[in-house]
Amino acid sequence: MTLINSDRRPEDAVYRHVIPAGEPWLFEVKKGQTLRLLDLEGNQAIDTLFYNSDNPRERYDPQRTLRRQGNVYLTTGSVLYSNLGNPLLTIVADTCGRHDTLGGACSQESNTVRYAQDKRYMHSCRDNFLCACLHDGRLHKRDIGANINFFMNVPVTPEGGLTFEDGLSAPGKYVDLVAECNVMVLISNCPQLNNPCNGWNPTPAEVLVWN
Amino acid sequence: MTDLFHSAPSVREEPLPGGAHTSLILRKGQILRLTDIEGGANVSMMMLNPHEKSERLNLPDTLKGQHTARLTTGYCFYSDMGRVMAGIVADSCGWHDPFGGVLNAAETQEKYGAGRYQELRNGFYRNGVDNLLVEMGKWDLGLEDLLMVVNFFSKVTVDDQGRFGFSTGNSQAGDFVELYAPMDVLMVLTALPHPQDPATDYLPRPVQLSWYQADDMQVVSDAIANRGENQRALQNTQLFAL
Ligand SMILES: [Zn+2]
Repeated sequence: MTLINSDRRPEDAVYRHVIPAGEPWLFEVKKGQTLRLLDLEGNQAIDTLFYNSDNPRERYDPQRTLRRQGNVYLTTGSVLYSNLGNPLLTIVADTCGRHDTLGGACSQESNTVRYAQDKRYMHSCRDNFLCACLHDGRLHKRDIGANINFFMNVPVTPEGGLTFEDGLSAPGKYVDLVAECNVMVLISNCPQLNNPCNGWNPTPAEVLVWN
Repeated sequence: MTDLFHSAPSVREEPLPGGAHTSLILRKGQILRLTDIEGGANVSMMMLNPHEKSERLNLPDTLKGQHTARLTTGYCFYSDMGRVMAGIVADSCGWHDPFGGVLNAAETQEKYGAGRYQELRNGFYRNGVDNLLVEMGKWDLGLEDLLMVVNFFSKVTVDDQGRFGFSTGNSQAGDFVELYAPMDVLMVLTALPHPQDPATDYLPRPVQLSWYQADDMQVVSDAIANRGENQRALQNTQLFAL
């Protein structure tokens, strides 16, 4: 995989926000702006959904995105397509190298399946998504589709196995995306404590936006 | 040899022509068999809970929970609420695809050319998005409900660089897959070529739909409770029904 750096400088950003470990964040990026997702301390999964802010029923479509790029991993050059077939954002820089869009987001319900019934009442990404959606009012449960897990490494084997590898990420790794339309960005900075994807230690992540 | 969890004859039979769409509720305790009549079929399917339609097939949870990107006998389809909506209890084909999704009108025209009703009448080129949306509309479902679909009878592999490869000939005439429903499940489906099938002639293939009553629901459930995740998801389904 090829790592592509960006020449964007944090001090030139028009918007910066640190999302504490385990919290949701919903914000908007205008067409033409560049969005950076920054893994501050390393191996933090940033579960992210994208919507067209002018029509929130239009949203990120993982199957179309993967099919049209002919590859199961996201990295520099990947165009993120919507369920209407339009580009939402394009990844223009990536110092991590690979991002997952198959694994989805953790939830109370899936935690009972993956781990144990008594994990139900732990904090989860889909609870984060729901909380942010219902506060915002433009999005509802039905709008929560399959997300991107930035900085997560979920390789598929030639035999059709799905494996979870240690993250490729590290402190300071980032991905830059250019918005192809006005985009709502919905993030759950994953609070998962049941698997080693983040070393059992969720950490903060930063978002930056440039004009 | 695949064990079958039902006795013949089927309680209902229905052909789904190539290019067509339909929807049905597979009732708790029933088995739906999809048969590839001519070989080379592909069936794109969504699954929802007909009683609370915001609960639906979650393919990421399905794949992650079972550590697979290849669906065949023994694998279950999980909902976003942590329940088993259906499990594959028989499969003569060996590989069903969770990646390819469906084409929309523009993508269909790009691949196959224009194929309008005005010239072709009912042979016109249909597309997966429109077919599913039309069928979904009959259940008062909308664009926000169109999520990832599973493509039965199709095999798409991933190489070590992540590149997709479509396997032509994965399904032969007479191949079938059987889905067992431990809860009522609304299935919305369309029989169109797999989006990653390199063939550029528009030749959708028909499938036969056959309904059976499971002989013994506990025995069928046990057969797909082959890993801890599936046991817990089936337990969630059973608790939900109480
Ligand atoms: Zn999570």
